[in-house]
Parts: sequence; C-alpha cells; structure tokens
Amino acid sequence: MTGDVTTRASHLEHHFHDAEQQRGAAKLGMWIFLATEILFFGGLFLAYGAMRFFYPGTFRAAHAFLSVPMGGLNTAVLITSSLTMALAVRAAQLSNTRHLVRLLLVTLLLAGVFLVVKYIEYSHKFHLGLLPGRFFTARGIAGMPHVFFGVYFVMTGLHGVHVIAGMIIITWILLRARQGRYHAAYYTPVENVGLYWHLVDLIWIFLFPLLYLVK
Amino acid sequence: MSTRTDALAPPHLEAPAPTEGESYLAAKGVMSWAFSRDHKRIGIMYLVAILFFFMVGGILALLIRMELLTPTGDLFSSDTYNKMFTLHGAIMIFLFIIPSIPAALGNFFLPLMLGAKDVAFPRMNLASFHIYVAGALVLLYSIVAGTMDTGWTFYTPYSTQTKAAVVSATFGVFILGFSSVFTGINFIVTVHRMRAPGMTWNRMPLFVWATYATAVIQVLATPVLAITLLLLIVERTLGIGIFDPAMGGDPVLYQHFFWFYSHPAVYIMILPAFGIISELITIHSRKHIFGYKAIALSSVAIAIISFLVWGHHMFVSGQSELAAMIFSFLTFAVAVPTAIKVFSWVATLYKGSIAFNTPMLYGLGFIFLFTIGGLTGIFLGTLSVDVHLHDTYFVVAHFHYVMMGGTVIAFIGGLHHWWPKMTGRMFSERWGKIAFVLVFIGFNLTFFSQFILGTRGMPRRYHEYLPRFTLWHVLSSIGSQILGIGLFIILFYLLYSLFRGARAPVNPWGGVSLEWHTATPPITHNFAEQPVVTHGPYDFDEIQREEAP
Repeated sequence: MTGDVTTRASHLEHHFHDAEQQRGAAKLGMWIFLATEILFFGGLFLAYGAMRFFYPGTFRAAHAFLSVPMGGLNTAVLITSSLTMALAVRAAQLSNTRHLVRLLLVTLLLAGVFLVVKYIEYSHKFHLGLLPGRFFTARGIAGMPHVFFGVYFVMTGLHGVHVIAGMIIITWILLRARQGRYHAAYYTPVENVGLYWHLVDLIWIFLFPLLYLVK
Repeated sequence: MSTRTDALAPPHLEAPAPTEGESYLAAKGVMSWAFSRDHKRIGIMYLVAILFFFMVGGILALLIRMELLTPTGDLFSSDTYNKMFTLHGAIMIFLFIIPSIPAALGNFFLPLMLGAKDVAFPRMNLASFHIYVAGALVLLYSIVAGTMDTGWTFYTPYSTQTKAAVVSATFGVFILGFSSVFTGINFIVTVHRMRAPGMTWNRMPLFVWATYATAVIQVLATPVLAITLLLLIVERTLGIGIFDPAMGGDPVLYQHFFWFYSHPAVYIMILPAFGIISELITIHSRKHIFGYKAIALSSVAIAIISFLVWGHHMFVSGQSELAAMIFSFLTFAVAVPTAIKVFSWVATLYKGSIAFNTPMLYGLGFIFLFTIGGLTGIFLGTLSVDVHLHDTYFVVAHFHYVMMGGTVIAFIGGLHHWWPKMTGRMFSERWGKIAFVLVFIGFNLTFFSQFILGTRGMPRRYHEYLPRFTLWHVLSSIGSQILGIGLFIILFYLLYSLFRGARAPVNPWGGVSLEWHTATPPITHNFAEQPVVTHGPYDFDEIQREEAP
C-alpha cells in the first residue's frame, strides 16, 4: 500500500503507487481528452447543421462537386489504418516489438496516403475556385455555395490538422517502440495513441457522409 | 485504527509535525520554479500571475470609475474608454477569475486534501501554466498594441467588421482554453485515481467536490469556446458566412455558441468559491458541515444545469419565445441547488462556535453578498423584467455581486485561510480585519449604487451619461476607491507577512482535512508517509477525542 521502497519499474512515475494506478490515470485522462475533442467537433457539426438548415438547396447542389470516389477511398484508407493501429496495440500487449514497429509504420503510411488524397482533392477545388467564403469564385451553383465550401474546408481542414497531430504522436511512439520500451507490462502510450487515432477515424466517418453523401 | 500515521497527528501542534523531507519552498532559483512539476509550486506560480492580473484589471476598473465621476468624458476618449473596459473584462474573466481558485488554490490543495503526492499528470500541469502565460501574452499584446473595442464577448457582426485586433485576441483566448482544459483533466483524474487509502467520495472535503464539478465544466465547455473562437477567426479571415450576416451567416448562432461556453464558465468561476466557503464556514465555526452530501451533490447539479441555461443571455436577441421561456425556467432551477448550499451554510453556523477571524469574515461576507448577487439574478432571469434591465447597470451590478462579491471574496477568504499553510507565515489579523471592512463597505457602495443606476435606465458600457445619473455614479466611484484601498492593504500585509510574519503552526485553525496534517509549509512529497483516512473531513469531535490522553 505504501508503494515506496519496493522495486519500482522505470516507467512508473514517482507520484503513483503502482503501475495499475498509473495506467488507470493515463487511460481516464485520455478518455476525458477525447470527450473534449468530441465537444470541439460537436460545435462544428452544429454549425454544419445550422447552415444546412438555412440553405438546404445550396448544400444539395454544392455537395455534388465533392468527389465521392476520393472521399470513399480516404474512408477505406482511414478504416484500414484504424485496424493496423488496433493490431499494433495487440502487438504491444504481446511484447512483439518487431510487429509493433511494423504496424505503426503501416498506420503512419496510411495516414500519409489520406493526406495525399486530401491534397489532390483540395488542389482540384482550388483550381475550380470552389474556395471558402469570400474567396469563392466558381459560378453555376445557386444560393450560398461559399457557405458550403466554408463549412467543408473548416471541417475537413481541422480534421486534417488532427490527422497530422496523430502522425506526430504515432511517430513518437514508433521511435520509442523501436527502443523496445513497450511490452506486456507497459503499453499505455500505444493504447492511448490508438484511442486518439480511432477518434480521428471516427470523426471522418461522420464527415464523409455528411459532406459527400447526404443529398 | 493502528495504521494511522504521523501525517494524521492531532491538530493544534505548535511544532511542525514530524516529517521527513524538505519544505517545497527549499529549492532556490528561477528555474527551480519555472520548470517545477510540483503542484504546490505550480499553484504558487499561478497565484502570483493571477494576483498580478487582478491588480492590472483592478487598476483599469479604478480608471474607468474615475472617468465616470462626471457625466462628460474628460479623462479618456471614447475609443480609449472602450478599449479599457474590454481590457478590464478580458483580463478579469480570462486571466484572473477563471483560473483563480482552481489553478492557484486548487492546484495547491487538491492533492493535499486527497492525500496524494501530486496531481495525476504533473507535466501537463506545468504545461497548463506555460500555456496560460503564452495565452496571456498574446491576448494582452493584441489588446494593448492593436485596438480592442468589442467587449469580452466578441459579438458578431461587430467583431467581424471592426478594425480591432479580433483575430489575435481571440487566438490568445483560444490558447488560454488549453490551459483550462489541462487543469480540468488533471483534477478529474486526480480525484478519481489519486485518493489516499480510506479517502472515499464521501470523505472528500467539499472544496474537492466543488473543484471536481468545476473541472467537469472546464473540460466539457471549453472546447466549445475553442471552436467558437476558431470559427470567428475563420469568419473574419475567410468570410465563410457562418456568423456574419453579410456573408449569409447568423449572428444569433454566434451568441448561442459563445454562451454555451460562457454561461457554464460563470460556474467555473463560482463553484470553487462555494467550495472555499464550505471549508471556511465549517472550520471557523468548529461545527460539522450541515448537509455534507447535499452540498457536495448540489455542486454537481449546478454543473449539469449550467449547460442548459445559456439562452438567458439572449432574451432580447431574437431567439424564439418558447426557447426563452424554457431558458427562463431552467435559470430559476439553478437557484435550487444554490439555495441548498446557502441554507446549509447558515444551518452550519447555527450554534457553532464562530471565530470572527479574517478568513471567516470573508466567509460571512460571501453569504451576504452572494445572496444579493444570486437573487438579482432571478430578476434578470425573469423574461418581462429582463427586457427592461437588459444592458443596463443592473446587469453590471448583478454580475459584479456574483463574480466579485462571490468569487473574489471567497478567493481572498481562501487565500487567508490557507496562507499560513502555503507560506508558513501568519498575516496580521488586525490589518486583515481593517482591510475586510474597507473591502466590504467599498464593494457595496460601488455596486449597490449600480443596481439603482440600472433600474433608472443607465445603460452599460457608456462613456458619458445624462446628468441625472451623476449622484449614483459619484457614489459608485467613491466606493471603488475605498475598495481599491482595501485590496491594496491586503496585498501589503500579505507581502509583509512573508518577511516578518510569525511562523505559522501546522494547523492554525484546527482543521481536520489532510492538508492541515502535514508540515507547514508542506514538504515536497506532501506527506512523509502515506496518510490513511479513517473519518470525514469535518469530524471535529473525532479530533477532540484524539487529543484527549
């Protein structure tokens, strides 16, 4: 109970009694952080809902300019990356460092693919002048198309920022995993990065139908 | 219970409790502070920063009141006046009150009260402070260097059109939000995972309960502010047409977004104050708190309801009548858990042995001032009355009674209550009482006059006013000077006590909760041995029984 003089693992920080307490704290902290992320995006979804309610015709017309194959491809890419992330956590639990590193690399690669596809989509939009707000120059969509593309770029842009943040922390645990720091007794960081990555994936799973598919 | 450790030795010890380890104040040097992960040092750094901003915001308020001494604008131009009240509001809200009690006193005492060595994530705690400093610098720079005349609410469409530095100011607030969220996450996890053995939920001090409820609001509401400000920034830079009516947006939508955070934020400010008052009232009347569970759970109830009342800021903004009625009803509903607290405090005082020392004076002052602040909130929550009082000085008076008469008074009371523990020094009780009297009189003179001004139709935020309002404005300005003098006296005697104050005993007030049972000032690891809790935080009988041989 006092948890002081007994042999303490190197990953156990001084203010925790034992690894279980540390793990519990880290996971709870992560879940709360995810809740803040959901509320953050919740505001965006509300803005989307309000704008869609104001300009239903425009949204229907404008969404046709988004590329469903591209969005669909990205959805598949992200879901696959969630799978490899989940497998990476499993590998860490089994102390299989080689697997862990490989799976994290694949996850990172898929995240990169997502961004490349997004880049292609964005540049196409830029080319057509389908830009947010007052930079919108395209013709041929009735109503308030600049609002739709404003919402589109803000939502996918912020999601993209989260993908980049995810890539940074995946790289971080990848480097540490290569040093063999994660094993059956200690894999909380991998698990937490995994949780974050699944959330990023999940947000996209809502963004894709709302922006690309809903008629 | 034979497992009782030294850390739980009886109170009233004159010598420090037998503890191992150095005082948390022992290490010297700027770096040992700026990069400390010790929650106590982080709390002290927050305290210093917060008091600094309180002083800056306060001096601005005194200047504003000085300008309002006469009906015509003579000290400042209208633009300067707008800038000053914006600066006053933004500093007081974002840099002072929101972090005040949780980040300073909460950081210091939450782990101590739970019997923990530190908060769950010390590194994140330090990051929270650094982010706070960064956000404060961005916010202040943009207001001081640029202009800023939107008020602290950044209402659209004005904020999307004005030439003021809205983007960088809101970005500063955006950064500050992270600091608040980090503190909130830390506190929730600490309460859930770091409690000492025997520290059940119903043995937690009420300050911990209140801070916990606050943390829940911080975590759930602040992200919404973040996205609101981000959308505002995007609206200004790209004109995406969400909030700006000229681009097809809806300014009322902005108000919904803004108040969805900013009303709960009001409870981020007041809930920890309730926690402090619960501590002060019970300890300084040497009587077990009346209705422990009711007070604890009413904090949680307030936290929940606080998310459902934002529309009462928008009664005249053009929301639907049905929505306004529902929001009005829910606003009244907040009064119920709040009244439960006030009645419980009064019932605690009944037949208690009340010590009229400085912390308790603030505790009692709080009950008086907060009751006025709370009840005038009912006026404003009433639809028909609000139409007349909206945007008048009545509103200004109301929220100053709640924010300053409530939160700031509780904060100062808590500061006195825990000052001996934090610094190891006693402050001058006599000067404490003198300052309290000045603060109390000055405060009431300043803001009660404003209730009268408001009911007579004086609109808020005006640089000049009609001559018929002069008397009450003059009274208010005189009051503000008295209040300012009182606050500066507090600053001086507290600073003086650091150097010349008597050494503080371990437990000067005879408290039962754990923070009183470690060394004064606490050692770096808080407790020499893991404390084991065997009774509630206000079982004064228990302690008296222990004292008997």
